[in-house]
Amino acid sequence: MKNFGFSLSKDRQIDFDKSDKRIMDFVKIEEPTFNICIACGTCTATCSAGNFTEMNLRKMITLIKRGEITGVRAELSKCMLCGKCSLACPRGVNTRNVIFKINQALEKYSL
Amino acid sequence: MNRKRVIVIGGGIAGMESAANLASMGYDVTLFEKSQELGGHLLGWEKLFPTMRMGKDVVKFLDKGVHLAKVNIVKNSNITNASKNGNLFTVSCGDGAKYESEALVLATGYDIFDAKRKEEYGYGIYDNVITSAELEEIFLSGKPLLTTKGEIPKRVGIVHCVGSRDEKVGNVYCSKVCCVTAVKQSIEIKEKIPDSNVFCFYMDLRMFGMHFETLYKQAQEKHAVNFIRGRLSEACENMDGSLLVKVEDTLAGKPLRMSVDILVLMVGMVPSEGTKKIGTMLGMNFGANGFLKSQDQHTMTSISNIPGAFFAGCCGSPRTINNVFADARSAAMMTASYLEAYDIEERITYI
Amino acid sequence: MKYDPFVIPFCLGAIILAFVLIYKYFSWIFALNKTDKHKILKGIFSVRIFKAIKEVFLESLLHRKVFRVNPMLGYMHMSLAFGWLLLILGGTIESKVHSLKMFNTPYEPIFFKFFNHDISMFSGAEEFKFVMDLLLLFVLSGVSLAFIKRFYSKLFGMKKTTKLKIGDWMALTALWFIFPLRFFAESFTSGIYHNGGFLTGTAGNFFASFLPLENLTYIAWWAYSIALGAFFIALPFSRYMHIFTEVVLIFLRNFGIKSTKEYNSFSEFEIHSCSRCGICLDKCQLLTAARIKDTQAVYFLQSIRYNNLKEGKAFDCMLCGKCQEFCPVAIDLNNIRISKRMEFASGNNNFDYLIPKIEKTAPIIYFAGCMTHLTPTIKIAMESIFKESKTDYLFLDKDGGICCGRPLMLAGEILNAQKLIEKNVKLIKELGAKTLVTSCPICLKVFKEDYELDIEIVHHTQFILKLAEAGKIKLNKSDLNVVYHDPCELGRGSGIYDEPRTLINKVGNLKSISQEKELSLCCGSSLAGIQLNSVQKELVRIDTLKALEKNNPDCILTACPLCKKTLAKDSSIDVKDISELVWNGITESKIVELTQNSN
Repeated sequence: MKNFGFSLSKDRQIDFDKSDKRIMDFVKIEEPTFNICIACGTCTATCSAGNFTEMNLRKMITLIKRGEITGVRAELSKCMLCGKCSLACPRGVNTRNVIFKINQALEKYSL
Repeated sequence: MNRKRVIVIGGGIAGMESAANLASMGYDVTLFEKSQELGGHLLGWEKLFPTMRMGKDVVKFLDKGVHLAKVNIVKNSNITNASKNGNLFTVSCGDGAKYESEALVLATGYDIFDAKRKEEYGYGIYDNVITSAELEEIFLSGKPLLTTKGEIPKRVGIVHCVGSRDEKVGNVYCSKVCCVTAVKQSIEIKEKIPDSNVFCFYMDLRMFGMHFETLYKQAQEKHAVNFIRGRLSEACENMDGSLLVKVEDTLAGKPLRMSVDILVLMVGMVPSEGTKKIGTMLGMNFGANGFLKSQDQHTMTSISNIPGAFFAGCCGSPRTINNVFADARSAAMMTASYLEAYDIEERITYI
Repeated sequence: MKYDPFVIPFCLGAIILAFVLIYKYFSWIFALNKTDKHKILKGIFSVRIFKAIKEVFLESLLHRKVFRVNPMLGYMHMSLAFGWLLLILGGTIESKVHSLKMFNTPYEPIFFKFFNHDISMFSGAEEFKFVMDLLLLFVLSGVSLAFIKRFYSKLFGMKKTTKLKIGDWMALTALWFIFPLRFFAESFTSGIYHNGGFLTGTAGNFFASFLPLENLTYIAWWAYSIALGAFFIALPFSRYMHIFTEVVLIFLRNFGIKSTKEYNSFSEFEIHSCSRCGICLDKCQLLTAARIKDTQAVYFLQSIRYNNLKEGKAFDCMLCGKCQEFCPVAIDLNNIRISKRMEFASGNNNFDYLIPKIEKTAPIIYFAGCMTHLTPTIKIAMESIFKESKTDYLFLDKDGGICCGRPLMLAGEILNAQKLIEKNVKLIKELGAKTLVTSCPICLKVFKEDYELDIEIVHHTQFILKLAEAGKIKLNKSDLNVVYHDPCELGRGSGIYDEPRTLINKVGNLKSISQEKELSLCCGSSLAGIQLNSVQKELVRIDTLKALEKNNPDCILTACPLCKKTLAKDSSIDVKDISELVWNGITESKIVELTQNSN
């Protein structure tokens, strides 16, 4: 990385070489439909918790795939697992198990 | 001279164009159409993307084709049986008439996805939810686009991919024409009601055809059509009859709710009942999505598993009009070459 | 004292068995919570004990419930259990009458004929001979059926019989040998001393004609004793543990101890009570339709017992409850499955964002449920019916609202579910309504079971029926032929079978189907089937639709938004919720009325 002489603010880029892809690696094996998301946002649009909170499954899946996992635990703690998302998903992502598995990964890697 | 006969089933674009081409090559062609008029779905459309030329111009072109080439036309036909015996195809109609031919082209097209199956979008439940086909009918009739209360809509929502790319209704394929139809129709709405705001809710914008991208840019530049990247999860009716749509604006990263006066559903294409019926009678192969299956995706398009039976147009897969023209002519070519004993199968070297 | 070294294997086995059982049962009872222990103390000295004894007799000995499902299988279980007990009792009485002593060695009744060659001395000896031989024949008939079942399960109307573990094979082999060996031992003895009845006597004479019985008899008694000893030692490690555990379980249940959604030592009693009869196998759509061969209740319990439960086995079940419905031991299989899911669940929810905001209230609260928001016709039908009947109601989750907590529970996230339930209970209590109506059977079940609300909780079909019976709405009978799909959580889950049917008969012609009520199938989309893949769900869905579409009805009715949405995906026939048909009827009759008035 080039040094432009500024070091005051934190780097905003996703540093894909260093980001933490452990959750992604775990979930994509445990629940393969994690991979078939096309980020259409239907899950988030219908999400019961999303009405009240920052919970955004579509974004979370994307970020986990990039290794950006700060805040995942807090966001996921809002999920009621009601399953509306799985009933709405046009791709057939098994969203409830994706969430269940992300929780397991958080636990497994003490994240 | 004893001319070889060809039966073409389906009087839409594909059927008319392949019939015209085959007849012009000197074959004795009989074209069957179940309704009283030739033209198929095209009869229901006012302007065509991307050029905005009139749909009826194309119908005229097709009509002239079948008439100049002296295609035998059987309208209001109700085909009760279609089969191949030896080298001859036999088609029987409800009125008892029987037709024979040496080759057959199936051009039975598509049906429009029944939007009621997507219950959460409210078609058939809420008054101001209409389909793209119904919007086209309104345009064609020359009537103004109004809400059921008779008011001019201030806001129109357009939902892409209704019945397409949706595992939940069992249609996992892209219908190809809806994205650009949405762009076309939003331009038309804006032209008719300049004060209105049009919002397109899309998953991906598939502007694959020549000039489609230009049309898309025109919609943004000239008509300020709004494109929101997010698929609708559900629509509800407000007290005033307007519709509340729920979507995630995925680019903003937040769920979004919005009221629209009219919601237009871009309904996709599904294999037609006619395709299922006659294809099954003939013993043709169907692909995973229920459309007819060709012998090879790249090299044997239009060629079915039954020697002498070919297919053209949207009974094989969703297609745009220019694709259907190309496909219809290709099917005509393949039919003619079959009748001239050209063995294309001999070229197959792979397993 | 009568003694011979061959009794040692039997005695050793019996002693080990007794120690193991006592140790296990006491440690499980000890691990129960205080309330449950208290219930046991209270129960022992109450009339409940007689009820328990009666139930033990009917279920553990006669196997009444197995009989109901499958008479052949019932006879097999009964002849083995009841027949064996009678043999023991008969032998005990026989030996006591013979020796005229109250106490004799515990093995004497078992090996009576070895020790007593001349038994014609006491009165009734002939009758005893007859009865004991008859009982032996009874048990032997059961053994041969068991043998046949292992290889031709279809004879028993079972498509599948259970797969065995090593402990089971040992015990099973020993068990198969016990009674034939007893038969040979007694016959051989009788061949020499003529002390057998119609069976062993005749056989003894026959064997005596060509076998060197002098040498064989003693070997046969040894073998009999070894088979018994081996069976007793293998028993606690095999499925035959159910023989004794089921008895204890029946007593505990009669004392009022219930299974919970958390795994505890009562669950130990339950899982050890499974006889692996395999009745659950054929009932499971995951086996019959989705071809998943290892998750059925019997295998699931087996994996818990042998401590090798894999996550998949806990999570692919739809908790449709059909196995539980037909389990002859009435093990609470759904609760056990949920309790085991808990061990894999790692969510840590925080629902502090749910802040109750009460602007108004009404005597009746309508809770549509999450899924109902994706089937707006149900929502609209219900709102219309409320308005039509002039019901003063509050649509609690009109704006999308909150989840009931059941989905979390089904995923094993019990603690998180409780957090959500607490929030909801507080809100509902503050509303102070009299009745809670829901359109979703999933919500209904959790409201009834886990909310502890002291208000009436009804499904919308029950509510509409009441409105109709009170004359608040006028139903219109259509000439549609309909079939009804019982949602799992409404039917087996909450025991509501009749009200929906009564209601349907008021709006259409209900045609019965082969798989209904307790036998009804699952739509496949159960929220419990968390780790089923889309293909497996589809196989279940298609299987269910096949049964529903069989007689080509005009309409398939259900009473659950999730079932409706699932079935509609592949159905060639219209799928509707009952409420929709009711509302259609009301609007139609209004149109008729209007036209009549205008004429």
